[in-house]
Amino acid sequence: MLAATEKIRLYRQMLLIRRIEERVAESYGEQKIGGFTHLYIGQEAVGVGCLSVLNADDYVMSTYRDHGHFLARGGDPKKFMAELFGRRDGICKGKGGSMHLADAEHYFFGGTGIVGGNIPIAAGLGFACHYREDDRVVMCFFGDGATNQGVFHEGLNFAKLWNLPVIFVCENNFYGIGTGVSSSSSLSDVYKKAQGYGMPGYRVNGMDVLEVRQTAEEVVRLVRGGAGPALIEARCYRYQGHSMTDPGRYRARAEEELWRKRDPLPRLAKHLLDEGHVSSERLDELDREIEELCEEAVRYAEASPEPELSALTEDMYVNRYPSDPHA
Amino acid sequence: MRELRMYEALVEAQAEEMRRDESVFVMGEDVGLFGGTFRATEGLMAEFGSRRVRDTPIAEAGIVGLAIGAAFAGLRPVPELMTMNFAIVAMDQIVNHLAKLRYSFGGQFNLPVTIRAPGGGGTQKGSQHSHSIESWFVNAPGIRVVIPSTPGDAKGLLKTSIRSDDPVLFVEHEMLYSVKGPVPEDDYLIPLGRADVKRAGSDVTVVAWSKMVHEALAAAEVLAAEGIEVEVLDPRTLDPFDWEAVYGSVARTRRCVVAEEGWRTLGVGAEIAARVQETLFHELDAPVQRVGAVDVPTPYAKNLEQAALPHAEDIVNAVLKIAT
Repeated sequence: MLAATEKIRLYRQMLLIRRIEERVAESYGEQKIGGFTHLYIGQEAVGVGCLSVLNADDYVMSTYRDHGHFLARGGDPKKFMAELFGRRDGICKGKGGSMHLADAEHYFFGGTGIVGGNIPIAAGLGFACHYREDDRVVMCFFGDGATNQGVFHEGLNFAKLWNLPVIFVCENNFYGIGTGVSSSSSLSDVYKKAQGYGMPGYRVNGMDVLEVRQTAEEVVRLVRGGAGPALIEARCYRYQGHSMTDPGRYRARAEEELWRKRDPLPRLAKHLLDEGHVSSERLDELDREIEELCEEAVRYAEASPEPELSALTEDMYVNRYPSDPHA
Repeated sequence: MRELRMYEALVEAQAEEMRRDESVFVMGEDVGLFGGTFRATEGLMAEFGSRRVRDTPIAEAGIVGLAIGAAFAGLRPVPELMTMNFAIVAMDQIVNHLAKLRYSFGGQFNLPVTIRAPGGGGTQKGSQHSHSIESWFVNAPGIRVVIPSTPGDAKGLLKTSIRSDDPVLFVEHEMLYSVKGPVPEDDYLIPLGRADVKRAGSDVTVVAWSKMVHEALAAAEVLAAEGIEVEVLDPRTLDPFDWEAVYGSVARTRRCVVAEEGWRTLGVGAEIAARVQETLFHELDAPVQRVGAVDVPTPYAKNLEQAALPHAEDIVNAVLKIAT
């Protein structure tokens, strides 16, 4: 039985991601954030539930839709927002942006803008755990679209072949940008793809953070114990378009409404109230706390200066040579 | 000094680094039990075992991706791509991930990966197995490109590459593996970005690397008989690049030929020619000449392949064009 404090923590994290993403959308509209920005709204239960069961020194890899993972892993909302604003105090000094959030302190090896590109890299992180015989595990997030990429196959094959401690988490939101999973994947049940590599595949309701957490906890326990890699398919829905420039014309309104009813936040709020874990006053209080955190993050980002121009040629190499570019 | 073949020098460099540093490991297709397609990992599995010398599936993107992840976690991978040709299969992992992620992540992580890859043409392997595409990687910021021409350089540069905290693409030439040369037995390190004069001369500077160094030396013999003294300058690493050595040599000889095995159009030679004229325009007695492969996929037929690839004779002709 999960402790009430842990459930409240999960709720708080999901709420933070939801509210901060709303701020991101607002700031994008005000052109304070540029480029591609892929919101996590709707999928919060997956990242929060899965990451809640990891140890502090486990390894995590994400995709271009990495905001939720970064925050759920414990990343600083202020440094997150400053990165999106392209500011000096961003987590990657303003050089990565929305798709390339990374956080060494939390062993978060970042987002990649190439679909599936993180999958063999996650296998490599797993290889390092294996090589050193430590008891870390790796958690690697990707979408349903990534499972049709060649490197998905290569990464899973490597992981199983060498019995690497990697948990592959597929966030199946049913769309690769605007193309439905059934139009792009020979097998719509992504979890079944695991069988092709001789590893267990699990399917969870990605709109229910408690279910996600329960499955993730069990899978992580097995993987950490030496059982080899596993795949979790979490079925979920992104409430916004693929990115900020996507009006989402390819989805039926009725479908969207159906998934809105499954929103993981009200679902958990109701559970917390029904179980008597919180009062509605406490929930309102949480709202205000998160509101303040988001406010603070935006203020911090706005106050942070743009990167110095000298930063242009820094951070590419550890060892520099006279032929390298200098600003 | 003792002489080794190039492949033996490469094995020695890897073995020494593996003895020195537990975090160094070798991986690739047939690098273990088989000993490497070109014998460049021969004996490593016997000494270090299958934990540190890993035979992999035929999955080049996966191999490079795996190396990146291992390096993120603090290991020092030395993956072999069976040939440089397969670097094209792994291009996304090499260019989009290995070369970029340190920068994009604001320098939070190091990626000390040394990818070894044998390439080059001249043995009738056809269009997909004869590549000299080092220029593609020089064009991508974020990865070093090292390309030795002798066994001694191979040892000293590979050891430095493995110890480097930055990604390195270490390009070998298939036709140089059995070439013998002196190789120091000690802990021999050659710094990156330091060119080497392979033959001193006063009339024309020929900048050449990898197998073209040997073509340039042959050309220099022919030209010496004609009374033209050629300086053969081997940059040894294309990124970082020893521009001062090139400018210094060309400032003396006032003439420059660049010889590479890769396609001539937009090759590394084009960059060298451009920079030499930008920097030394008034000191040049003649336009910089470029020698490179004909811009066609490498054909199989022996005579056609030889016609596609650059040779000593082409260097002789390029020198004669500007030296007389």
